[in-house]
Order: sequence, then structure tokens, then C-alpha cells
Amino acid sequence: MELTQLVEMMAKGVTETLFMIFWSTFFAYIIGTPLGVILIVTDKDGIRPCKLLHDILGFLINILRSIPFIILLFLMIPVTQAMVKTVVGSIAIIPPLTASAAPYIARMIESSLKEVNKGVIEAAKSMGASTWQIIYKVLLPEARPSLLVGAAIVMTTILGYTAMAGMVGGGGLGAIAANYGYYRYELGIMVIATIILILITQIIQELWMKAANASDKRKR
Amino acid sequence: MFGDENNIIELKSLGKSFNTSGGVVTALDDINLEIKRGEIFGIIGLSGAGKSTLVRCINYLEVPTAGSVVFMGKSLGSLKQKELREARRQMSMIFQQFNLLEQRNVIKNITFPLELIGTDKETAIKKAETLLKLVGLEDRAKAYPSQLSGGQKQRVAIARALATDPKVLLCDEATSALDPNTTKQILELLKKINREMGVTVIVITHEMAVIEAICDRVAIIDSSHIAEEGAVAKVFAEPKTEIGKQLILGEAAKNQEFTGKKLRLVFDGTSSKKPIISDLVLVCKAPVNIAFANMKEIDGKPMGQMVIELPEDETDQLRITNFLKANKVQYEEVR
Repeated sequence: MELTQLVEMMAKGVTETLFMIFWSTFFAYIIGTPLGVILIVTDKDGIRPCKLLHDILGFLINILRSIPFIILLFLMIPVTQAMVKTVVGSIAIIPPLTASAAPYIARMIESSLKEVNKGVIEAAKSMGASTWQIIYKVLLPEARPSLLVGAAIVMTTILGYTAMAGMVGGGGLGAIAANYGYYRYELGIMVIATIILILITQIIQELWMKAANASDKRKR
Repeated sequence: MFGDENNIIELKSLGKSFNTSGGVVTALDDINLEIKRGEIFGIIGLSGAGKSTLVRCINYLEVPTAGSVVFMGKSLGSLKQKELREARRQMSMIFQQFNLLEQRNVIKNITFPLELIGTDKETAIKKAETLLKLVGLEDRAKAYPSQLSGGQKQRVAIARALATDPKVLLCDEATSALDPNTTKQILELLKKINREMGVTVIVITHEMAVIEAICDRVAIIDSSHIAEEGAVAKVFAEPKTEIGKQLILGEAAKNQEFTGKKLRLVFDGTSSKKPIISDLVLVCKAPVNIAFANMKEIDGKPMGQMVIELPEDETDQLRITNFLKANKVQYEEVR
């Protein structure tokens, strides 16, 4: 394989991988954030306890989280077909990836919000804050650094999952590594793809941790 | 039919019990208190007496399980959620752990309660700046809570509590996390707010010194009940209950070195200007041991207390008590 061809292929792989990470993370947060907030708010010492809703939601999240991604990928085929009109390519991995990441994100958000000082919530209540105001003016802003750290973990996990895209004929670096390295014994290409994956992981992790640190006003 | 116009808050046979795994725990039982407009009212008790639950029942952070809280003529229990939140804005609260928003700077902490009611930004910031000046922190507007000392944090919390122009300020152990010097400054600030802005202040504490420093009246709470209440000077001079004596005598009660018969003398504003003890020794010709003594200003009057150990001789003891009676010094025997 010529160098230009290799570079082109890798560039395409990187673009596809980033495309999958970005959209899956985006949609998974849209679904996962409210779920995480509901878990915290309805908890028994939350601001609006509701045991039934809390338990049902917790149960559903646990079920979704315990299905291995590769199984979910196949189980979701009809849904994916209906949503994106195809079951192959990078776009086809976004629905199962979102479905897999959303409950994970819900738990991440739940644990981040749990760290918010109960006294501050009580203070907000004593000032006449409504439940909704406590959520978006106290819980979410006060947990911001922890939420950003969580986002780093979520994105790197999703990155790992995109490598399975090859299984559904999707693209990305994972597919390149699998197709060339595993099926064609072109070890060199597999190594390059893996190194690029590692680099992307490092960059995502570093960027988010920096953002988390910079936004944390508790540090002097 | 809600009683006295002068009462800003009335607690009527208030009770609170919790269902726990170990059964029902009663935190408050049949609490009746009237808090007058413009006074500084102290609630003192040992830890576990129910003080914190009581203060949280006053603004309905905890919903009482019996009785009612009447605030400015309205029973809080009868209010809808929205009305209750409005009532809470008239009744701000400060805390032992300050409870500032850690991710907001000082000025934004103070504008927070105004943000909640949708005050426009400019007005809110102007108001916050005035309050910052009042609490003496105008140069720290852009600082974050983590950059402030405990006393400064409490000042910010006080400014924040005053942002909605409340009628009442509830202080839940507001000085318990502070050193004595800072405590004094914060108490002076509370007194100033009470005198200058006419805000009724309710102080919850376990320290008699706090009550003595700023309160007009005090209620002593002991194992879920109000043990006694009254003007601070009166309760200080003649505590009626065991718990009252224990709280007022404080460290002196723990003094074990003196084993003989002991008297607690209370000096009010007049007698504390006379050399009572030296007169006593000279007139009675009997030595006394001073086991404990302290002096404080209560309501602008110097008030002192002293525990003396009497000589063993019974005629000496009689002479001493007669001398005290003749000089109108209040005393009582302590163990």
C-alpha cells in the first residue's frame, strides 16, 4: 500500500471515529442527563423523593447496562433500520451506541450530583427555590467539575465501543484495525490504527480534565 | 383568629417525630413559643435536644407532625407550595457550615436569592454591593468561597440571607464553626442588623456565651421540650431548671476540686460595683475559696456569677449567708 493511500485511509478512519463519538455522546447525554437528574431528585433523601419512579428507573437502567454492547448491536438492528434507514456504516452504530451509553451516563450524572453538598441544597430551599431551580441553578452548576470528569470517562468508553463498528460494516479506526490486522494479517496497519486510537483517547482525556480543573472554583 | 400583632412567629403545640427503622423518634414535643417583632430570641440546648429540628420546622424545611407555625398571622401549614416559598423569602437562614455555592463568587452568591425571584441583574448587583458593604467585604466581591476564611464566609452568607429583605433571620449554630474572636464579630454584626434594619433574629446555639452576648430573650430546650424561657438577664440570674443551671454555670459545674459546701452568687448591675467579696471576708472574718467567677454584659448591664466554697464551720456559713442576704446578693447552693 502506498503512503498517500495509507494516510487517506487513516484520515477517513479518524473522521469516522470522531463522527461516531461525537454524535453518540451528544444523543446519549440528551437522554442520560434527565435520567440521572431524575434518579437523584427522586432518591429517598432527594429534593422530591419518589420511591416507585426511582426504583423502576434504576431497574431499567441496570438491565440496559448489563446487556453486552455487541449483543445490543445485533438486538438493535430493527430499531437502527427504522431510525437511520440502514444497518451498515458509521451512522448505523450511533443508535446502539447511544442506547448503550445513555444509562451509563445516567449513573455517572447521578454519582456526580450526589457529591453536591446537602447543606447548599438546604440553603437554596430556605431561600424559596423551586425543585426546578435547585436542579439547574444549584445541582448542575455545583457538580460541574465532576460532570466534566465524567464526560471524559464517557467519551473514552464510547471510543472503545466504536472499535466494534466493524462488526456491523461500520467504519472508523477500529474497523481498519480489525479488517487489516485481524483478517489480512497486515500487522503494521493494525498497529498504526491502534496508536492513533490511543492518541485520541489521550487527547480527549487531557482536554476534559483540563476543562474540569479550570472550571473548578474550589481550587484556590 | 391569630393572636398578638407583636408576635412575628408563634409556635403552637409544635411537635415533630421521625419514623426510623428503630421506631418512632420524637424530636420535638408540645413546643409553644412566641417570638416578638424586632427582638433577638435565643434557643439554647445541648446537642440532640432538638434545636436543629426546631429551627427547620420554623421555616418548614421540616414539616411538623403536630401543632402549627404561625408566621406574620398565617399558618405555614395552610399555605400552598408557592406561597410557602414566598414565606421562606421573608425568613432567611444562615448555617453552621455557611453553605455557600462553591462554584459562584461572592457577589453571585449574594445575588442568588434575587435570581430565584427573577430580579433584573443590575438591580441585584446593586443590592448585593450595598449588602457587601454592610458586612464589610466590599473588596472580596470577585473572590470564591474557597478563598475566604470562615468568618468571611459567614459574612457572605449573612449578606445573601438579607438580599430578599427578610423580616426574620434564622441562625442555626451560625458561630459554632468559628473561633471566639470571629464569633464576637459575627454576633456584633447580627446585633447591628437587628438594631439598624429591624430584622427579628432567632439564634440557635449550644453556647450560653452567644445568648448572653446578643439575645433579649431565651428559651432553653431539653429533650424535645422547652424547659424554661424568659428575659436573658432573668434566666441568667435565676435559672429554674437543672438544665438551665447546667448551661449557665457551664465549666464551673464541672469543677471537681472543691468538695465542700458551695454557693453560686449572682451579681447584678448594682452590686457588681461594690467590693462584695472583700467586704464579706472582712465582716464575717471567715475565708472563702473562689471556685469559679466570670462577668459579662447582659442587656448592657454588667452581670457576674461566682461560685465560692464555704468554710466547714456552720456558724461561719450562717454568717456568710446572712451577709449575702443583707447585701441583697442573690445566691443558691450548688453541688
